[in-house]
Amino acid sequence: MLALSTDSRFSHKIWQEEELSKMVEGGVPFPMLSDQGGRIGTVYGVYDEDAGVDIRGRFLIDPDGIIQAMEVMTPSVGRNVNELIRQIKAFQHARATGEVMPAGWTPGKPTLTPGPALVGKVWTVWKPEKS
Amino acid sequence: MAEASTPPRDACVKPARGPIISQSEGAAPAAVPQKEEKASMLARVGKPAPDFEASAYVDGGFKNVKLSDYKGHWVVMCFYPGDFTYV
Repeated sequence: MLALSTDSRFSHKIWQEEELSKMVEGGVPFPMLSDQGGRIGTVYGVYDEDAGVDIRGRFLIDPDGIIQAMEVMTPSVGRNVNELIRQIKAFQHARATGEVMPAGWTPGKPTLTPGPALVGKVWTVWKPEKS
Repeated sequence: MAEASTPPRDACVKPARGPIISQSEGAAPAAVPQKEEKASMLARVGKPAPDFEASAYVDGGFKNVKLSDYKGHWVVMCFYPGDFTYV
């Protein structure tokens, strides 16, 4: 986990000490990176030049350094860590088994093995969730 | 953890390379990168994450961190608008 904003490392230190450590025991356990000037945010498509800040963007990168998922949001809504964890588990499962995860998959639910035998037969193994 | 006997040093200004874009990126010989050309979005799903180096606050100290230091691990990068913001 890497957190990035356009704040300085000094700001990160004080935020951790003064606020985050009061929300999370011991403070957040991951590096807080400084993207002053938005140079990194620019190549990731999340730097807002008008505001001079990186907007909310989340990138999931696999052990080979390949981006597997990204989510970018305007500032007013925070993220959902449960959805992030679901995606990490799904991509890890796909990487380990070659299986694919249908819409709405959560750990423990049926996965699909892609191949000619499954064409036109997905309905036999996957039912849409009733809400 | 504390391998050095001298306390860690820091400076007011600590350069970090920012995005590290290799010349061979994408193997597109037509597009010769121009110095004055502004960097644009390179991140795409299914493609290599653009490497970078940034100064960072880590475990109570300061050091530079490179994305490529984490090769072999799953990485979640989270950009956010700023320290001390509300959400």
